[in-house]
Amino acid sequence: MDDMYRDYILDHYKNPRNSGELPGATHTYHDSNPLCGDELTMQLKISDGHVDDVRFSGKGCAISQASASILTEEVKGKSLDEVRAIDRDHVLANLGIPISPARVKCALLGLKALKGAAWGLTAWPGEEVKR
Amino acid sequence: MAVTVRAAPTSRLDVAAIRADFPVLSQKVRGKQVVYLDNAATSQKPRQVIEAMRRVLEEHNANIHRGVYEFSERTTAAFEEARAKVARLLNAPSEREVIFVRNATEGVNLVAYSWGRENIKAGDRIVTTVLEHHSDFVPWQQLAKDVGAQVVVIDIDEEGRLRRDQLSAELRQGAKLLAITHTSNGLGTVNPVKEIAAEAHAAGATVVVDAAQAVPHTPVDVQDLGADFLVFSGHKMLAPPGSGAVWGRTALLEEMRPFLYGGDMISRVTVSMTEWNELPWKFEAGTSSYVDAIGLGAAVDYLTDVGLERIHEHELSLVGYLLPRLEEIPGVTVYGPKTLEDRVGVVSFNIEGIHPHDVATIFDREAVCVRAGHHCNQPLMTRLGVPATTRASFYLYNTIEECDALVGVVHSAKKVFGI
Repeated sequence: MDDMYRDYILDHYKNPRNSGELPGATHTYHDSNPLCGDELTMQLKISDGHVDDVRFSGKGCAISQASASILTEEVKGKSLDEVRAIDRDHVLANLGIPISPARVKCALLGLKALKGAAWGLTAWPGEEVKR
Repeated sequence: MAVTVRAAPTSRLDVAAIRADFPVLSQKVRGKQVVYLDNAATSQKPRQVIEAMRRVLEEHNANIHRGVYEFSERTTAAFEEARAKVARLLNAPSEREVIFVRNATEGVNLVAYSWGRENIKAGDRIVTTVLEHHSDFVPWQQLAKDVGAQVVVIDIDEEGRLRRDQLSAELRQGAKLLAITHTSNGLGTVNPVKEIAAEAHAAGATVVVDAAQAVPHTPVDVQDLGADFLVFSGHKMLAPPGSGAVWGRTALLEEMRPFLYGGDMISRVTVSMTEWNELPWKFEAGTSSYVDAIGLGAAVDYLTDVGLERIHEHELSLVGYLLPRLEEIPGVTVYGPKTLEDRVGVVSFNIEGIHPHDVATIFDREAVCVRAGHHCNQPLMTRLGVPATTRASFYLYNTIEECDALVGVVHSAKKVFGI
């Protein structure tokens, strides 16, 4: 019945992949979405320019948690260059559901935390100040 | 959990006739009749308010307090008549005690800057509550930081009612200010402000009341309450955004310096000094939002005609209907008072396993408008141990059928999430 809450979204929400604490994490970043109180911690184990492992933990809406779960599946094993190329539009397209303007930040919280962990970037994806 | 509710009052409102006055309520969203249950955030506007504002703009718009010509005089008269209406609504001893501001937030800031900065000193205690909206919390927190005062936050019990024992104990230790919400926007709790104000005065405290959720829904009498300052927003009471007021005691207002400096708030300016205008204009710098204030006056007329006692009764009848029906749904937790005593038509809840934002998104598919989030109540959410809640809030035009629609979408949300 629902465009937004498709089975795979709810599956990622209820059974998040790569969830929990990452032993031996080299990079950790915690972020939140003040609008709704979504919380998310992204942990990475990076060596030789590759994401060897990734896990996240958090609490929040289905969109934020499912989006983070899908993202962890995608970045595991990728090179940092490949991870760097993942942007706002990519994440929204990957979710495969219509995201209303009020919910975009929910969908991007995982990516924001990932970029925070990997590069210390703190801007919302898509809102970075161009230098 | 079983709910014991006092027999819900029967509504005496002709809701169908009232709804006919609100054009937006007949709107459809994606083909579905809108169910507007976000009145604690803002209310809808009746034709009478829209018409009052249209008349100013189309028939006699001119700046107030300035022009010596017909249009300006008519607009000034309408603006000052709106002030008189607000004064009568609040039973203020004088209309000069009513200062128009843009909203309750600006009202609290006016008091915090003009009265607070002169009167709150290092080491002073500001007593407030965990029920406060950020608008009645952040200004005091920041003032305290600036001057080295202390903020004491009174807790609530498990039903969301203020811990009176704790409040009394804290007041006994002395307080310079009590900043208290009349009615909680997050839980619907009504605080016994009259008793509390008397207690605070005995402790030597000045009392600021945030009545943003009270003035729209229940009779509020500033003399009976015994407050020193009271603030509210117009947009939550059928008036346009940009309207609102501070009521304050003359003796306090006279002593205070202005909040904002500039035009209209002066009586005489030389290159080296300025004398302030009389009350209330001393606090109304620059061109006021006079169209909005006139809209507020029309809203006061509307609410007075319907009757605030009846509106309160109507909202309680809806809460009395909704509460047990929500609570019997497995997985639903309702926050706040479980009885109809000392509460208004605000019902905050969560559905286990579904984040409030997902709830609100699913409700939106059925054109049911509710608020999901922290409601500008982050200390309260922390106290409740939740990041957010879903909140339905009623007004005079809401119906039993809309309560049923809400219950229906709670079931839909559970179905979507397979709960």
